[in-house]
Amino acid sequence: MSIDLKTIKHISKLSRISLDEKKAEKLAGDLNSIFDFIEKLNELKTDNVEPLTSVAETTLKLRPDEVKSKNLREQVIKNSPNENEDYFVVPKVIE
Amino acid sequence: MSDITKQSLSELVENIKSKKLSSSEVTKAFVERSEKSKELNVYITEDYSNALEKAKKFDEKPNLDLKLPGIPMAVKDLFCTKDLRTTAGSKILNNFVPTYESTVTQNIWNEGAILMGKLNCDEFAMGSSNETSFFGNVQNPIDKNLVPGGSSGGSSSAVAAQLTPITIGTDTGGSIRQPASFTGTVGLKPTYGSCSRYGIVAFASSLDQAGPMAQNVKDCALLQEVISTYDVKDSTSIDFKRNEYSKELTKDIKGKKIGIPKEYRVDDMPKEIEDLWKKGIEYAKDCGAEIIDISLPHTNYALPTYYIVAPAEASSNLARYDGVKYGFRAEGENLINMYEKTRSEGFGAEVQRRIMIGTYVLSSGYYDAYYLKAQKVRKLIKNDFDDAYKKVDAILTPSTPSSAFKIGEKTNDPVSMYLNDIFTVPVNLAGLPGISIPAGHDAKGYPLGLQIIGKAFDEQNILNIAYAMEEKINFKNNITDWWIK
Repeated sequence: MSIDLKTIKHISKLSRISLDEKKAEKLAGDLNSIFDFIEKLNELKTDNVEPLTSVAETTLKLRPDEVKSKNLREQVIKNSPNENEDYFVVPKVIE
Repeated sequence: MSDITKQSLSELVENIKSKKLSSSEVTKAFVERSEKSKELNVYITEDYSNALEKAKKFDEKPNLDLKLPGIPMAVKDLFCTKDLRTTAGSKILNNFVPTYESTVTQNIWNEGAILMGKLNCDEFAMGSSNETSFFGNVQNPIDKNLVPGGSSGGSSSAVAAQLTPITIGTDTGGSIRQPASFTGTVGLKPTYGSCSRYGIVAFASSLDQAGPMAQNVKDCALLQEVISTYDVKDSTSIDFKRNEYSKELTKDIKGKKIGIPKEYRVDDMPKEIEDLWKKGIEYAKDCGAEIIDISLPHTNYALPTYYIVAPAEASSNLARYDGVKYGFRAEGENLINMYEKTRSEGFGAEVQRRIMIGTYVLSSGYYDAYYLKAQKVRKLIKNDFDDAYKKVDAILTPSTPSSAFKIGEKTNDPVSMYLNDIFTVPVNLAGLPGISIPAGHDAKGYPLGLQIIGKAFDEQNILNIAYAMEEKINFKNNITDWWIK
């Protein structure tokens, strides 16, 4: 299997990471060598194996639906790169 | 006492409790040594003046019943610390100041310890050499221009160089055990669910665990006892009976069955590692353990499985860094453009690589072929351990396939870097506890570690085996203080 530049650009779009041509080419090379290594898994027959989704064999605990944290508005906004009063500011979305 | 920083945690606790030393004296000693050791680049953020202030306060009204009374320590910069910058080694969190405290660090402060600062690590804990950190390489105190391992490289270097008596790291695929092995220190990765993940910057949520790093097994046991608690804030935290690991520590391991997995004898394994392993087997026998050959047939599939599961979870966890709510933001002409530039400029190359791998294996049309396949193989790997533990109480392996390498030696070849974790990754995939203890030196005089893997929740057992073997091994680290002018 080989990951071409078109696929790299598609993944870059899905990942929301912009790439220039040089970076895209480097990544194509890296990803191809990593996926060559990953292909080893195809040696194994796994049709009848249940996928492991969690190593902890416990069921999630239920808890009462209570408010534990109050008045966090200031804390939530504190690290924002750009805010206005109680809102996060982002570039204009609606024309 | 001029040799304060040479003391183990247990000695420092004893000396503070018996009032031979004050917290201020101890804190001052570690702060002074840290200040003389800037060349190692272990700190991302120093908090020395607050630490000295807290030590003074502790001494005014010392509570000597605590487990870590007035003990100063630095922690990996992956743990959120309230009001102190937490970067995860990334530019994207360069200015992030948490408004809350991680459960693990809170447990430590509750027992009287004092924060000295935040330690360097690979960016988002993705790396095996601490070379992916936005804040630069960390030097291994063992030798100049040698990597300290990763991702908890600042932590391992700081403990080995005696800049902090103990520390905590996180381990997703070997990030505590491999750096411990590279620096001649002890590192424990607990069972998944033992230590709360609340407030730890997430990498791969089904694999991440916090754990103690120290100069000896006893100190490691004491710190594990402090950090391991059931926590409702982490839905994967497990409510099991936790031991008082340091009090219950014993060297009596007579009759314990220790398994030697033949699949860990990998191709091209250096003879030094093979010899170390043989020596380890002899030490275990000397301690009265019974050695049993076992098989973990899917070992060779662990790394390929890990490099699907971990990036997949990372790509999902790191989707939150969008330049809106916190962290670095790049300007863009529209919202999408802002996201794309923020993430392109804010994340380093290795993190971008892993996000791309993860996005690809989870993308439409590839999910079954990669992610589902990896989850199935992960089950087979776990089954291997379950079968082995019907016959044995613990498993002994080398910690790493080599000793520490030079800075820059492996940065251009991601796969050769990934191979560092060949012996540690299976343990994370199966959610088991594993400890690395220093066990010898290679021809260059660099430390080598042995790993003891336990059953789930059986930390006490592997700590005991490590404790017994540590005495027989009698390891001495060769640290010359070359970085102190």
